[in-house]
Amino acid sequence: MIDNQIITTVIIHLFTAIIQLAFWRKTLTQRVLSITGSFIALIFSAITFAKVLGGSTLTMTAANWKAPFSIVFVADMLSSTLVLLTAIAALSVSIFSAVGVGRSRMLYGYFPIFHFLIMGLNGAFLTGDIFNLYVWFEVIIISSFVLLTLGGRKTQLEGAVKYMALNMLASTFFLTGIAILYGITGTLNMADLSLKIPQVQDQSIVNLTSIFFLIGFGIKSAVFPLYFWLPSSYHTPPSAVAATFGGLLTKVGIYALFRVFTLIFIPNDFIKAVLLVLAIMTILTGAFGAIIKNNIRRLFSYLIICHIGFIIGGLALYTKVAFAGAIFYLIHDIMVKTNLFLISGLIRQLRGTMNMPKLGGLYAGYPKISLLIAVVLFSLVGIPPLSGFWPKIYLFQAAFTGNNYLFIAALIIGSFVTLYVIAKLWSEVFWKEASAEEPVKDSFQPLNIYRKTLLVLPIGILALTTLFIGLNAEMIIAVTDRISEELLDTGSYVKAVLGK
Amino acid sequence: MELILVFLIGVLYAAGVYLILRRSMVRLLLGTILLGNATNILIFLLGNITKGKPPVIEADFKVFRDIYADPVPQALILTAIVISFGLTSFAIVLLKRVYALINTDDLDNLNTPEEEDL
Repeated sequence: MIDNQIITTVIIHLFTAIIQLAFWRKTLTQRVLSITGSFIALIFSAITFAKVLGGSTLTMTAANWKAPFSIVFVADMLSSTLVLLTAIAALSVSIFSAVGVGRSRMLYGYFPIFHFLIMGLNGAFLTGDIFNLYVWFEVIIISSFVLLTLGGRKTQLEGAVKYMALNMLASTFFLTGIAILYGITGTLNMADLSLKIPQVQDQSIVNLTSIFFLIGFGIKSAVFPLYFWLPSSYHTPPSAVAATFGGLLTKVGIYALFRVFTLIFIPNDFIKAVLLVLAIMTILTGAFGAIIKNNIRRLFSYLIICHIGFIIGGLALYTKVAFAGAIFYLIHDIMVKTNLFLISGLIRQLRGTMNMPKLGGLYAGYPKISLLIAVVLFSLVGIPPLSGFWPKIYLFQAAFTGNNYLFIAALIIGSFVTLYVIAKLWSEVFWKEASAEEPVKDSFQPLNIYRKTLLVLPIGILALTTLFIGLNAEMIIAVTDRISEELLDTGSYVKAVLGK
Repeated sequence: MELILVFLIGVLYAAGVYLILRRSMVRLLLGTILLGNATNILIFLLGNITKGKPPVIEADFKVFRDIYADPVPQALILTAIVISFGLTSFAIVLLKRVYALINTDDLDNLNTPEEEDL
């Protein structure tokens, strides 16, 4: 069904950014515009989500050229869910940024670039054209380069070099894959590719091409052994930026992997095995990395990697139950990881440092905020009935039916290490007595009530969403079931785009 | 023509990979540029090179009667060139700033610890 409304989220962020450029150096106006724009985008993405949930896959064709000749935008259940989650995360980050990002960064265009980044994310989730996906990826990375380097501190720039080098390499791999794909099929439309790839005579070249996509998206989604750029760059920018990166940027790589490996390339046993090994190694390396880190944000960076492994594992198992588990985990992960980095920013406001041995006594000083943070940490660990618990049941079930005991072992180790590091963080940061020698730099207390609210409110919004996901698991499972059905049976996607 | 391009692509990829594996920042940059150009030529090659056959349908017909040069790869390359131009110029400025800060071209020296880790 054709519905041009699905593109609105992209347009809203584009115009928010452009209008903000007109108010260069007027930071108050930019802040108000940013929150308003993100809020309107949230409303429209919720409308799209409701339409797709109540009906079927929606499409939009550029300039009304018929697919496969035009660039199509497709909102199926997976895309519209991710657009909605992006909108919630973006709203929270823009509220947090109003106080959490320094004025000097705002003067150099923090907000416009942030909205260009979110626009790129929405575009990447919605597009149904493989080359258009490449263009949205480039929009995302150029915006993320600027956000990462804005401020120009030494550690930031050093992190940015690694981030830039590997992301440019990933784009090259992706583009090479597209080139070969166009050479063997003569089309770029993903639905059309889905029909033409099985007709290719020489399937070995198809498998080779799929490896190009695996490497390209693997670098972007921080899969073992291509994740090294992530922990060496994500701890450097301001926490609001790190929240957008941690919550959304790696997830767009995962989305692309899911889209490409269900719609275009149906993986054979070898590629499934490769994905499974990558998933297990990602979980283990991420988990062991998290154990030894003392800086809160470095610890969270490794946890991102660890949990990316859970989702990739779901893709590798390639059954309906595994997809449902992986997508549920993705939904939970976007909310929680965004929130974790916002929390690290709040902790820095409260104590002036993010180094765990120097922190302490937060529970005594701020019991209400601590309880709010506890909800998020419990969800991350997966204490029933919170949101991290449900997808793991599905993943365990899928792994048991497939007799993949190594993956089950990795899941258990990953979950336990998550529990261990979060328990360590809780006792070090919240319960431990604050050390007497360390001077406490509390820049939260002197803020007025309005600014305090702006810092705590986004964490509350995200925590409430997490609670909603956990307590309304039945509803989320209905959504993820439909997503996994659509992913396994590509017929509905192809029919929606090509009309046949 | 195709054969020359195949060799050119091979040489560019090999040189790009070699340069990326070096420890120097400038070579890293040159390597990514070479890889990007190799990919652009690859798109060009895989779009089937056809000489002197513009994709225009003759006046009296409704469909193509002959093989024609595919315009899509050219559009793709143009987009890719513009994007890589933007990325490369950003990368050059970034590397220049990093060089000014740490006074070395060696990628192994990019590990200044955060103040908060000390």
